[in-house]
Amino acid sequence: MSNNTGSGNGGGKFDQARRNFLRGIGIGTAAAVAQPAWGGQTFQDTFADFFQKDYRRMSVDEIEAALERIERKAEARYDVEIDCQNTPPQPGVVYGYAINISRCKGYRDCVHACVKENNLGRDSQMQYIRVLEMDQGDFNLEHSDHYYEPETVPVEGKHYLPVQCMQCDDPPCVKACPVEATWMEPDGIVVVDYDWCIGCRYCMAACPYWARHFNWTVPEIPAEEMNTNTHYLGNRPRPRGVVEKCHFCIHRTRKGQQPACMEACPTGSRIFGNLLDPDSAIRYVLANKQVFRLKEDLGTEPKFWYFSD
Amino acid sequence: MVVIRFIFDSVREMFRGPREYWMWLLALSLVVLFGAWRYSEQITEGLVVTGMSDQVSWGFYISNFAFLVGIAAAAVLLVIPAYIFDRKDVKDVVLVGEGMAVAAVTMAILFVIVDLGRPDRLWHMIPGIGRFHWPVSLLAWDVLVLSVYFLLNLAIPFYVLYSRYRGKEPNFRLYFPFVVIAMFWAISIHTVTAFLFSANPARPFWHTALLGPRFIASAFASGPALIIITLQIIRKLTSYHVSQTVIDLLALIMTTALQISLFFVGAELFTDFYNEGAHAASIHYLFFGLGGFSSLKAWIWFALALNLTALVILMIHPLRQRTVMLNIACVMTFIGIWIEKGMGLVIPGFVPTPLGEIFEYAPTSVELSVAAGIWAFGILVFTLVAKAVIAIEQGKLSCPPEEQRYTL
Repeated sequence: MSNNTGSGNGGGKFDQARRNFLRGIGIGTAAAVAQPAWGGQTFQDTFADFFQKDYRRMSVDEIEAALERIERKAEARYDVEIDCQNTPPQPGVVYGYAINISRCKGYRDCVHACVKENNLGRDSQMQYIRVLEMDQGDFNLEHSDHYYEPETVPVEGKHYLPVQCMQCDDPPCVKACPVEATWMEPDGIVVVDYDWCIGCRYCMAACPYWARHFNWTVPEIPAEEMNTNTHYLGNRPRPRGVVEKCHFCIHRTRKGQQPACMEACPTGSRIFGNLLDPDSAIRYVLANKQVFRLKEDLGTEPKFWYFSD
Repeated sequence: MVVIRFIFDSVREMFRGPREYWMWLLALSLVVLFGAWRYSEQITEGLVVTGMSDQVSWGFYISNFAFLVGIAAAAVLLVIPAYIFDRKDVKDVVLVGEGMAVAAVTMAILFVIVDLGRPDRLWHMIPGIGRFHWPVSLLAWDVLVLSVYFLLNLAIPFYVLYSRYRGKEPNFRLYFPFVVIAMFWAISIHTVTAFLFSANPARPFWHTALLGPRFIASAFASGPALIIITLQIIRKLTSYHVSQTVIDLLALIMTTALQISLFFVGAELFTDFYNEGAHAASIHYLFFGLGGFSSLKAWIWFALALNLTALVILMIHPLRQRTVMLNIACVMTFIGIWIEKGMGLVIPGFVPTPLGEIFEYAPTSVELSVAAGIWAFGILVFTLVAKAVIAIEQGKLSCPPEEQRYTL
């Protein structure tokens, strides 16, 4: 597995020291050799960005250099010092998600927590999670309301269905990509290399869950709202013209934390965990609840289940 | 080097002509420049200047792409009678058809490039230095078949013309294998383009085995329509001989193809509407509107009316044989298929979204301008190619004997 090459968080103290050292050199050289140009970037960074290899073929050093550039770019564009990591997948872990739809009350706290956590463009109003409001007794997505705005939720006679990337085990979006800019990591998360995507949007046409979103413009994020804890394959600031999607909060979950949507849910409807761990909560749900998956007939094998009490 | 002289002479021929010819080139160039200027706007601002959205993530650009691949494939309808059935009259104009294929593929590729969010990363597709997701990704397949088709349609006419230029008959045995490959390849480009769409169970509107056959049938109607008009223009403007029998043959092919194409449309409508399920939502949106939204409705009925009227004209022999009526039918078919297989095919695939949201799309002035620029560029390419082809085919342009050659 070539994607274990990164060191990031797993690398420990030495790594952090080295990173800081490199960062010092990088800024020093940049200041000495070239004036910041190219949209706040130095010529060297622009050059290196252009010829950057795809994530899975970069060496450890090349990834390190890429992370440094991402941090410099974020500083230039958003005036924020971010920490971009490359935490590798944990061995023996494949993530799965389940939502108790009888508990979900449509508060959309998951949606808003996700926007903040993952540095989604505020002006573009991109959201990885959509909560659909439907009439009780109706489960036709075409009758669902995506933009319900009542005074208070839940509304009598309605039920709610949160939808996000299902992290399919046979993902049609990955097959669609003409440049292999999107793939499934060993821990089952379908990720995008934002620096490799050419923006053809074929994956968006291929996704049955409308989980993929495009940066039609440069995402705008207020400096004070920027989440500085970022991951190369996750919530780092994205360039314009590329596709992105839910990544199960890769920067959190790979360190054993919950995804932001689960943490934010006030009703406890969301269950996230390791599908390979027989003692995990997600495995309990799968073993003891009547679960179903959306559009299971399409054969994409979502790792995302729904159940009710 | 005679090859260099050949290229040099051909290019010189392309830019030689009467005042009207120059005005024509100038007019096309101006539209190209206008399109390029509007495209620069898209480059600076991003694709946000288009009407596309996360809901309808492909629009006018990809619609034109799908249509133009069909036009490119239709050149095969001249190639087969010319080379397989050895029809002399068709052979006279086959190079014009191949020139049209080159222009159409150029436009198709340009339409994909302007649709990209990151055209600066196009090199990511190049095998070796990039990652080319072949044979898994259908888009990789499309890039492959279109590139090869482009090269085939450059190489074969290049060889034939180069031989003529030197006053020799081209060696049939040498280029025939490539002609056979080009024939199958023509079918493949449009089939792969259809599969690009039909490969997606996420989009029920496209996910039908009939899409490939529909693409071929409609291409074999719209392609001959364009060739018939073009050949008549060439006949009118130049002294080049275009036999009426070629036009009659193309008109007959077009009639049959349009019949089959409309039959396929009918089959699709029946299957979707007899027992209307959730899969019919998109086609319902296209023909009747959905949830109060119906921006494509007028267009698709207009297209259907055009195609049906054209078919009636074509099926009545005395009408089809009258040049004026034939031309009307050709224009109707061309526009009808352009709507049906362009916006009429691409947009409903996105409406409603897989989560049932209805969000409409309309191209912005940037998209329309860029598209106009690309069309003008294609017509410009075709004009220049046809100019050189005709001069060489007529024997007006040939390699001068050794002693009369000017130094390059």
